Order: sequence, then C-alpha cells, then structure tokens
Amino acid sequence: MKTISEHVLDIVQNSVRAKATLIEIIVNENKENNLYTLVVKDNGCGMPEEILRQATNPFFTSRKTRKVGLGLSLLKQNAEGANGSFTIDSVPGEGTLVKAVFQKSHLDRPPLGDIWNTWYYTLLSNPEIRLIYKHCTGAGSFEIDSKEIFDMLEGVSLSQKEVREAVIEMIINNLKELEVIN
Amino acid sequence: MTKIKTVADLKRIKDEVQSKIKLRENSDHPEQIVQVKVGMATCGIASGAKETMKYFVDELEQQAIDAVVTQTGCMGYCYAEPTVEVTLPGKDPVVFGYVNKEKAEEIIDVYIKRGELIDGVIPITFKTIDD
Repeated sequence: MKTISEHVLDIVQNSVRAKATLIEIIVNENKENNLYTLVVKDNGCGMPEEILRQATNPFFTSRKTRKVGLGLSLLKQNAEGANGSFTIDSVPGEGTLVKAVFQKSHLDRPPLGDIWNTWYYTLLSNPEIRLIYKHCTGAGSFEIDSKEIFDMLEGVSLSQKEVREAVIEMIINNLKELEVIN
Repeated sequence: MTKIKTVADLKRIKDEVQSKIKLRENSDHPEQIVQVKVGMATCGIASGAKETMKYFVDELEQQAIDAVVTQTGCMGYCYAEPTVEVTLPGKDPVVFGYVNKEKAEEIIDVYIKRGELIDGVIPITFKTIDD
C-alpha cells in the first residue's frame, strides 16, 4: 500500500466484518521521539488466542472467498520496514486494537495519504458505525466523530455533494493547521 | 467565505443545502435505485479501487442518476481488481472487472444509462479449481 490511508481503509474493513459499532482511527506524530503511530481500535467480536496468533499470517484468513489475508501482514511489513513495530491485542466479545508504529523520518514510512476520503467513504458505506478519526501532532490535535456529524446533519444525507465537499474540506483544513499536510 | 474548520461551519453548509433539497423531490424508491458496489478489500485498494469509487460517486451525481455507491469486501475476483458490482433496478447483479476510470465511464454511459451489456463482465458461474 502506498499510503497510510490505504492501510486504514483496509484494516477498518476487518473491524466492519467483526460487527463493530465503534471504530477509532488514531494517528499520533511524535517529533521528539521520531515516532509515527497508527492505531485502529474497534469494539467488534474480537479474536480468541488461536486466531490472534495467526492474524498476521498472510496465508491465514477468515474469509471464504479466497485463501490469503494480506491486510494485516502488509501493514506489519510496512511498519517493521520503517524500523517500527506492530502489535494486535484482542479480547473476544470486547474488541481489537491494531497498533502500527513507524519511525517518523524513515524513508520507507508511507505518507498519510488522503485519510479524509478514507474516513468519508468508509462512513458512507457504513453509516450505522460510529467512526472516529483523531490526529495528534506537536502542534495540537484534531478529531472528527461521525456521531457529531450525523447529529449536525439532522437527516440531511451524507452523500449530498455539498455535505461531502464540506466535510472533506473541514478535515483537510484542520490537518493543514496541524502541519500534517501542506 | 470563511474556511470550513468546525462542525459549526458544517452546520452552516447543511442549512444552505437543506433549503435546496426542499425544492427537489426526493425519490424514496429503493427498487428503482441503481446499486453500485465497489470491491474494497486489500486487493481492491492496492489496485486503485478508491479512485474507482470516487469516480462513480462524482459521475453518477453529476449525471443525476439515482444510485447508491457502497464499498464491499472481497468478492473473490482478486486477479481482476478493481471490481464493481452493478445492480440495475429489476435486474440481476453484474460484476465487472478491471474497472479503472475509463471503464467506469463506459459502465455508466452504456450499462447504467442504456442497459446494454459491455465487455469485461465476470460471469457468476465462474468456478475455481477448488469447486
């Protein structure tokens, strides 16, 4: 995957399939310690020990349509390739937390990418899930919560063009302020 | 116009849109809506399905076609990603492979608007060596 946002789009699908009703995407940039952390946390069905152990195995998948499951393995590979680390914690019945840490300055750390599109289109396809995106840097933090957005919309469709453009612009403007993007 | 930064700014836009919508008759007939599902599993994302989905959302709206575009998981045709499943009202779903922007345009112009089948359909009777 060429960007972190593509990994997020991918991993969040796992949370959706685990029937999560709350998915949190948290990106934390730490300049002093040169760390870039991505966390995807859900309250889905979780995985028992035997499954969890196999989760990053590319040849292991819970899908029936094919025999490989690359999402987690590719993210793990990218994190470790950027001198980082990768962990998954899961409790059956409670949820799963995927954490990928990258060395912030590493050449092989993928750029963030268009996370605003990832958040928006994931929400559009799964409006019943509470989707939260939070980004923290040394300059501050920004959070967008789908519950707040839907409350504000008061029934106006999320797929309305003006709404779509406004939501995406809001995320981009805030990320610019945090110096995440130019 | 001030930049959109907070949820309050979004509300302003929403209020503007709401008055516009009241003038349009919102058709609430799910049977008459075109359903477009874009495969967005690892294979799809890696092949650029995100661009395909954005294109469908933008174009269908531009052409005022009543459609719902959603992401779906792996449909099993990883070799032909990006894949898109189109269900015209009253018809069976049809899966297209290798759907880049040009193909998406063709699907919209020929299949969705005129109902004519085009090349690139993946048949449902496709069997793998395991079947």
